[in-house]
Amino acid sequence: MTALTDPPKESFRIGMLLSDTRYRSLTFQAIALLVLIYCIATLANNLVTNLAAAGLNISFDFLNAPSGYDINQTLIPYTSQSTNLQAAWVGIINTLLVAVLACATATIFGVIAGVLRLSNNWLVRKLMSFYVEIFRNIPVLIWIIIIFTIITAALDSPRAYLGDDPSKQLGLGYFAFTNRGIYVPLPVWGPGSGIVVGVFFASIIGVFAYRRYAKKLLFDTGRLLPMGWPSLVILFVPAIIVYFVMGSPISLDAPDPLANRFNLQGGLQVPAPLIALWFALSIYTGAFIAENVRAGIQAVSKGQTEAAAALGMRPRRIMNLVVLPQALRVIIPPLISQYLNITKNSSLAIAVGYADITATLGGITLNTSGRAIECILLLMLFYLIISLSISAVMNVYNNAIKLKER
Amino acid sequence: MKKSVFLGALTVAGVTAGVAAAGTLDDVKARGTLNCGVTTGLIGFAAPDANGVWDGFDVGVCRAVAAAVLGDATAVEFVPTTGKTRFTALASGEIDMLARNTTWTFSRDVDLKFEFVGINYYDGQGFMVPKALGVSSAKELDGATVCIQTGTTTELNLADFFRKNNISYEPVPIETNAEGQQLYLAGACDTYTTDASGLAATRAAFENPADHVVLPEIISKEPLGPLVRHGDNEWADVVRWTLNALIAAEELGVTSANVADMAAAAGDNPEINRLVGTEGNLGEQLGLDADWAAKAIMVGGNYGELFEKNIGENTPIGLARGLNAQWTDGGLLYTPPFR
Repeated sequence: MTALTDPPKESFRIGMLLSDTRYRSLTFQAIALLVLIYCIATLANNLVTNLAAAGLNISFDFLNAPSGYDINQTLIPYTSQSTNLQAAWVGIINTLLVAVLACATATIFGVIAGVLRLSNNWLVRKLMSFYVEIFRNIPVLIWIIIIFTIITAALDSPRAYLGDDPSKQLGLGYFAFTNRGIYVPLPVWGPGSGIVVGVFFASIIGVFAYRRYAKKLLFDTGRLLPMGWPSLVILFVPAIIVYFVMGSPISLDAPDPLANRFNLQGGLQVPAPLIALWFALSIYTGAFIAENVRAGIQAVSKGQTEAAAALGMRPRRIMNLVVLPQALRVIIPPLISQYLNITKNSSLAIAVGYADITATLGGITLNTSGRAIECILLLMLFYLIISLSISAVMNVYNNAIKLKER
Repeated sequence: MKKSVFLGALTVAGVTAGVAAAGTLDDVKARGTLNCGVTTGLIGFAAPDANGVWDGFDVGVCRAVAAAVLGDATAVEFVPTTGKTRFTALASGEIDMLARNTTWTFSRDVDLKFEFVGINYYDGQGFMVPKALGVSSAKELDGATVCIQTGTTTELNLADFFRKNNISYEPVPIETNAEGQQLYLAGACDTYTTDASGLAATRAAFENPADHVVLPEIISKEPLGPLVRHGDNEWADVVRWTLNALIAAEELGVTSANVADMAAAAGDNPEINRLVGTEGNLGEQLGLDADWAAKAIMVGGNYGELFEKNIGENTPIGLARGLNAQWTDGGLLYTPPFR
């Protein structure tokens, strides 16, 4: 029989808050929190007092007032009679548009440059390090302005394409490169076009199914089916056949040089500010992503490459099947921050007159309503939500591909 | 107890901050320089010359106020502001006054809590197009691309004008006049719109001004004038009456050439005497020296002299007096009496 007594119950004394390491950290954290709360409260109180002294208040009523200004690129219905809130939505959608476009192209540029930077070809390697170093070390705002200036100065005004006897002809009868942007034809959806589009989407699913099947076959039997050309065939051939069977329901609306004396009309205009912003963000962030990719590839043990080579795999296949899948685990986490950077850097849009959220809500609306604090608060909220969302989505993806320990 | 001490401390801090912000006149005197917000550069109105010295019609107002308050027309710190940053700069106290082609509107006066002290230029919004385009009226601009300084009243007028006339346009928002000029000359926009005075000033800087025309339509009223923060009436009075002094000086025939003589000894015109400080105590009432107005006039001359030197018909900008003539000449300039 053992006679174990309970350990003596520890009594808590005030002094232990400082002397006991278990509590000390909590004490300091509590003090730090109080100081922080005090500082924020002081700032907020100062703000409210000063605003009140100036006869101002915090109010979001201006959001429902007519904005009074026009925006050059609106993907949703908008006129100068729409509300400031609607203008903010236009800006939000424009921000998201350029962010998504730039994330996609930056990834492509980055992966290509990152892989090529490790190329055995001296010229290619040096060219890529030249690209990375040049673009990484000059601020993105300067790139945006450089590209915009080149577009406006180097390309012709749309007037060159206008009139009965223009000095320049539309490229292929459809394309115009002007200093106001690039004009491209816009598809016109005739009757039956829905079926063509439906077939095309079905083909996309078909491609995925084929690749899945090929992968399964590879893992099960070791037989490798070709991936590239069958994918393209599955993607385009059915859609093209259906297109002609349905009697060419989709036609192209070309830019019209005769509509008026100022601009090309019709087709789709990709405005110069969007191009400048998109391209600048892509090549700038692409240089950073290239470094992430390079780091990821170099993090994969050289033995993997050598082992794969010993099995007789060709270099491209080694990269695609052995190195990149492992490198992804290193690449994805920093890639998340690059996507965040692109989204936040898109706020430099105003430098070239692109109507993003910073230009509409944080620019014109702020200026005409004079509600600086409210507008900036909303802007902060928007960028916070977007950044956290990107982070969340990318982390889900990261969890899906990261090394699973069993 | 503790809470009330805390709140009390906050209140005291807040009130002190409020009081400190109220005495702009004392601040300026103590600082020894006047912080004056101007444009980032518009020839004739406010732009640095080859030596980096700011010069122009709006700059003249800044210098006159500095001379009246500090006795030194060079004691001005010029703060370039864009259409977007100007109000924040003024509201936050970064500048003491704004003299920057700013239109006096209801919402700026009432809602934004600023105090417009007067009008130094009666303007209206116009359009400039290349002559080669063959446009003779703004109503023919259907479908045109328009360069517009963002965050300005012109942006709102533009939307109204095109909506009213049921024609369409595509805006190209820009930050500064220099940027607008560049895009317009490159043909990235068909027409540039801003205040007619600004168009004239911009066109004057072109290589071939004759290749560009300002269309006849003036689509808005743009009374431009200096402004200060709301609620500091002493300071507002100083700026208001300095501007009035320049305008009254022209009306009364006081010029930079004769103001020194007039201020030396009382003459036979009592209003001039009160203006230049040889009679009465107007300066004292403002909290300034007796010869405050004389000092202000001495800097760049009276309103008419400032106009002729910076933007008048004999300058490259070549603006006629038009509405900006004295009321005695059929214009709109009319100051309350100095008594």
